Amino acid sequence: MEKKEVNKIEIEGVGKSFDIKGKSVEVLKSIDLDIRKGEFLTIVGASGCGKSTLLRLIAGLDTPTVGEVRVDGKPVAAPSVKTGIIFQEARLFPWLSVEKNIEFGIHEKLDKEEKRAKVAALIDTIGLNGFEKALPKQLSGGMQQRVNIARALINEPDILLLDEPFGALDALTRINMQNEVLKIWSDRKTTMVLITHDIDEAIFLSDRVVILSDKPGVISRQITVPMSKPRDRSNGDFMRIRRLIYNEFFENSDIDYVEYYI
Amino acid sequence: MCMKLGKNRKSGGIAFCREIKPFTGVLLGLSAPAAVLLLWYTAGERGWINQAILPGLSKTIKVAGNLITDGTLWSNLAASISRVIKGFAVGAVLGVVIGTFMGLSKVFHSILQTLVGLLRPIPMVAWIPLFILWIGIDDGFKVTLIALGTFWAVLLNTIHGIRSVDPKLLEVSTALEKDRLTVIGKIILPSALPAILTGVRIGMGTAWSCVVAAEMIAASKGIGYMIMFAREMAQPAKLMVGVFTIGVIGLLIDTLILKLQKKLIRW
Repeated sequence: MEKKEVNKIEIEGVGKSFDIKGKSVEVLKSIDLDIRKGEFLTIVGASGCGKSTLLRLIAGLDTPTVGEVRVDGKPVAAPSVKTGIIFQEARLFPWLSVEKNIEFGIHEKLDKEEKRAKVAALIDTIGLNGFEKALPKQLSGGMQQRVNIARALINEPDILLLDEPFGALDALTRINMQNEVLKIWSDRKTTMVLITHDIDEAIFLSDRVVILSDKPGVISRQITVPMSKPRDRSNGDFMRIRRLIYNEFFENSDIDYVEYYI
Repeated sequence: MCMKLGKNRKSGGIAFCREIKPFTGVLLGLSAPAAVLLLWYTAGERGWINQAILPGLSKTIKVAGNLITDGTLWSNLAASISRVIKGFAVGAVLGVVIGTFMGLSKVFHSILQTLVGLLRPIPMVAWIPLFILWIGIDDGFKVTLIALGTFWAVLLNTIHGIRSVDPKLLEVSTALEKDRLTVIGKIILPSALPAILTGVRIGMGTAWSCVVAAEMIAASKGIGYMIMFAREMAQPAKLMVGVFTIGVIGLLIDTLILKLQKKLIRW
């Protein structure tokens, strides 16, 4: 790969349609997007705009109707442990303890001791020491999501796909988790693709924000966030970019603009 | 056990029903049987009932004592229990194995679906004459009947359990590149376990009714035989001891399975 700049993920002319009651519904249309190695990219859009579908295509959980998704220059054919995915719900196995849930993620053949060490290191990273033997039902939503993240990190993926991972968490927990994801990103240099409808979250975390409009989902705008991280949410630049994104949303949709100031 | 809204009753929250202490629970559970026994005892002592067809409590207890000391009850009970264990084991294992295959494979399910639908509604007693004809009147037919009765309950619940695995959990394992065997062993079977245990519990109940029915028709030993024999000898007290023994054993086994369920399913 002696290209000028390495693109980790290349999405070229991708479209996706689903059959719903015999009718073909176009969810994504001619998406072209390159994501650099180590970039933190966020996709924002209204619900139902196909952003989750796009993520599933990158993950290899779905195949595009037209076009191609490439990771490291190779077309994505099936899911890979090198691409971790984190869903909104923690999706932990309720019958397994915290450590067993994380251990389940391990892909390579390791002996007991190596596994234990790997799991212990990640439990340390997510700050759940003392909860190793706890069952998921004994954890709060935020703690469950931490375990989910640890399970995805255990194979040291170079891409992490996050599908509204903090959507179900309260505001304070969410801010904590955002800081932790940022730390993981700067420690591991993982390429991150985050889906959210929280505009502040998008600006706080990402290098680039991609706005997806709906029906069918097309990229309506891309905004680079040229601020150093960690970012101050009350900073003037932050506000300016937020206004930019808001405008993008409420000019391009048929929702009455004024309604949001009541 | 109680559905609660907010905090518990003491701190002013809303509860749909009142929590009780375990000991109080046991006491309350015993109160209704005790009332029935008391009524039965009084009816016997006061001569409200005809002791020739419904013996009073004291007479029944005396007969039960005799049946225990001379070993009649134990030897009959042991014969029934051994048949139940054999038949139940065969039926439950087959139910889990075939149920797992039917739950996992649409093809396998389609092949067997109609056959199961056709055979399952047949009451167990209806099989007895046929099984006697095919297998003979020895233990073989009784064990077969019990196995079949257990099989249906375990089969249906296993299929249901396997099929209702959360697709979201399966997606997680796909994303983690897990092979099919791991998915079955680590995700599908554990998540089907509660349903399988429900099948085991129902199957155990069927197994007991099968053994009694089979023994009432053709046996020289067993609780069902004891009941039938007492009927022919016109010994109503012995008859009642037989009937209530089935109830007591049934309750014990069910409690045991519930305990097992709680131990195995901690989530």
